[in-house]
Amino acid sequence: MSTLLILLILGAAALLSWPAAKWMTWAMSPPQKGTGFRYSTESVFLRIGGQTAARDQNWKEYTLSLLLFNSFMFIVVFVILSLQQILPLNPDSKGVLEPSLIFHTAASFTSNTNLQHYSGEVSLSYFSQIFGLMWLQFVSAATGIASLAALARGLSGKTNMGNFFSDLMRATFLVLLPMAVLASILLILGGVPMTLLGAATAKTLEGSLQIIARGPVAAFVAIKQLGTNGGGFFSANSAHPFENPSFFTNIIECVCIILIPMAGVWMFGRITGRMRHAVIIFSVMAVLLAGKVALAVYFESAPTAAFAELPVQATGNIEGKELRFGAVAGATWGVLTTATSNGSVNSMHDSFNPLTGLILLAGMWLNITFGGVGVGLINMFLYIIVGVFICGMMVGRTPEYLGRKVETHEMKLALLTLLVHPLFILGGTAVFALTPWGASTVNNPGPHGFTEILYEFSSAAANNGSGFEGLRDNTTPWNVATGIIMLLARFIPIILPLAIAGSLAGRKPAPVTTGTLRTDTFLFGMVILGSVIFIGALLFLPVAVLGPVAEYLAK
Amino acid sequence: MSDTKKHINVYQQIITSGRIVIASMTICCLLYGLALLSFGRLVMQDSADGSLILNDHKETIGSELIAQGFTRPEYFWPRPSAVAYNASASAGSNFSPTNPALRHRAEAIITKMEAKAGNPIPADLVSASGSGLDPHITLAAARYQAARVAAARGLSDALVMGLLEKSAKSPGGPLTPDPVVNVLLINMALDRLKK
Repeated sequence: MSTLLILLILGAAALLSWPAAKWMTWAMSPPQKGTGFRYSTESVFLRIGGQTAARDQNWKEYTLSLLLFNSFMFIVVFVILSLQQILPLNPDSKGVLEPSLIFHTAASFTSNTNLQHYSGEVSLSYFSQIFGLMWLQFVSAATGIASLAALARGLSGKTNMGNFFSDLMRATFLVLLPMAVLASILLILGGVPMTLLGAATAKTLEGSLQIIARGPVAAFVAIKQLGTNGGGFFSANSAHPFENPSFFTNIIECVCIILIPMAGVWMFGRITGRMRHAVIIFSVMAVLLAGKVALAVYFESAPTAAFAELPVQATGNIEGKELRFGAVAGATWGVLTTATSNGSVNSMHDSFNPLTGLILLAGMWLNITFGGVGVGLINMFLYIIVGVFICGMMVGRTPEYLGRKVETHEMKLALLTLLVHPLFILGGTAVFALTPWGASTVNNPGPHGFTEILYEFSSAAANNGSGFEGLRDNTTPWNVATGIIMLLARFIPIILPLAIAGSLAGRKPAPVTTGTLRTDTFLFGMVILGSVIFIGALLFLPVAVLGPVAEYLAK
Repeated sequence: MSDTKKHINVYQQIITSGRIVIASMTICCLLYGLALLSFGRLVMQDSADGSLILNDHKETIGSELIAQGFTRPEYFWPRPSAVAYNASASAGSNFSPTNPALRHRAEAIITKMEAKAGNPIPADLVSASGSGLDPHITLAAARYQAARVAAARGLSDALVMGLLEKSAKSPGGPLTPDPVVNVLLINMALDRLKK
């Protein structure tokens, strides 16, 4: 039964990703005809954006516009959060936020991370949630889709990468908005609240008072899942019965988590005109994902070590899990959300069995098993470039990718991008584990406390946003350190790959010969898989042993 | 490109960015939000407002989706909550499996419910939920408490068991074979029996 449920979720997402990608490619490409719906929407976008949104941009101009608009996103939301106490839509009179928390939250939602050091229902007004955070959930995800479209255009040999502003509007209004409307409607039908009324006060059967926080939850949750954002309306995220009231809403949300990341691979294939190559990439990602789900479900079906020899009926570990989702839902969701840089949770990762926690960490270390909206495939592109280069070296030929020669310049950029990820995670963990900044904030003793710090930095560097939430992370050092890491870890892996694509597009096409490494074969799939595992995962082996593995062995 | 031209370019981009900010906020926050609020109001008013439950005097006594605390013997008890069933500050315990605090919490409940090796307690009664607000317990956990509830109310065990069987539901149909019971709803049903 459990296997059937997992197959249902992954299968539904994989099937839906195909038409979704067709739709996305249609939406992200310039209109084919001078009439019709697509043409009229494009004219509206041009009226909003003006001439600036019509001009072709090379990779430098595209990146500049992207950074400029993302700075706007950060500033606008910083201001909204700073002024929430005097802005409207605040029925429960939420007060002033602490400055380092405002910085952290604005950075977190701008970078599509949604790491939350606040509790939604405790600290934020409905205005901050809707016009601040939910807005960023749309436009930050749209930034990811735009970047992927630009990369794909560059790799198909065009030095003109499109226009960032028009790409952003296409992704926001034509891709994310319709999908979010559809998902919200399903969630409302599934029982998710959608109201502007403040908290309800109930007198319980035993006569005490219960304040029940609510709000415009459905609209928020839909885009949170579709855009690999993951920031919850409530503190408990999708474990909260209002964000995820039933078994069926849980399935809908699971599919929404993985849908656009999967569709991104097909969109890449369509724009570059290399569908067989996309099939290979999709398969590698799918194999890794399925492997992780199987392992996590297996590890989590063991009872928690805490109850050993107590008179408790044997069952899987259900500390931190909700009953309505069924036995395997926590582990399955945990893998999906860390594989895709979504970061929403339907159970508390801090309470998972140690080795399940390791699988989740591995998801964020690799960050490519479909990955974040748009950026997941961009990360995979880096592993592909490195894989191609190593193969080229082995046979003594200049390596090529999609008909262009890959040279030293591209390799330097690719390796630099790949190395900042472990640098942030390992460096940050080292500093915080050795100082009171981190050591005094952990919730659990022993190796698990170390893993809490490691998880927080992995989540920030992967732009994931989930947490081992026992960690008392709303402190100035945590807010500043992870805030800066999230921003750097967001924009470095967008800028440098666009630079690589720009530089490849400027080269003369290399003729295809019998010696060319083909990118659409099983062998090539193994090459990517190898470079992901050897370069991506092995770097983290020592910390894996210090944290989750040590905890597993200690019990 | 000359310096002045670059300047104008950046200036224009700032204007464009501002216009896109306004357009996207209007469409993706205001209009999107209003459309869904209206949809919720028209189609699913009760659940859109939080699935609240009113008593005969039209007073709110809770939400069908949210656990509330029960400590009296005549009521079924929910799963433990890391936030004492505070529905305006949801959270789990975040205790790791190797944290002694998790074991101590379970031991306290085991003592209170007098669980023995021959009659082990269902795991959900000693495991806190992720939100602290899980409205359900397993049918097994409800049966485990049935004798206490029946005795406290002066009802027969069979009557209480019958009520449980009637209100137990499998949340995912055949995909989740373990039925669960909504604690607030079953306790309301018990109170109605009395009258």
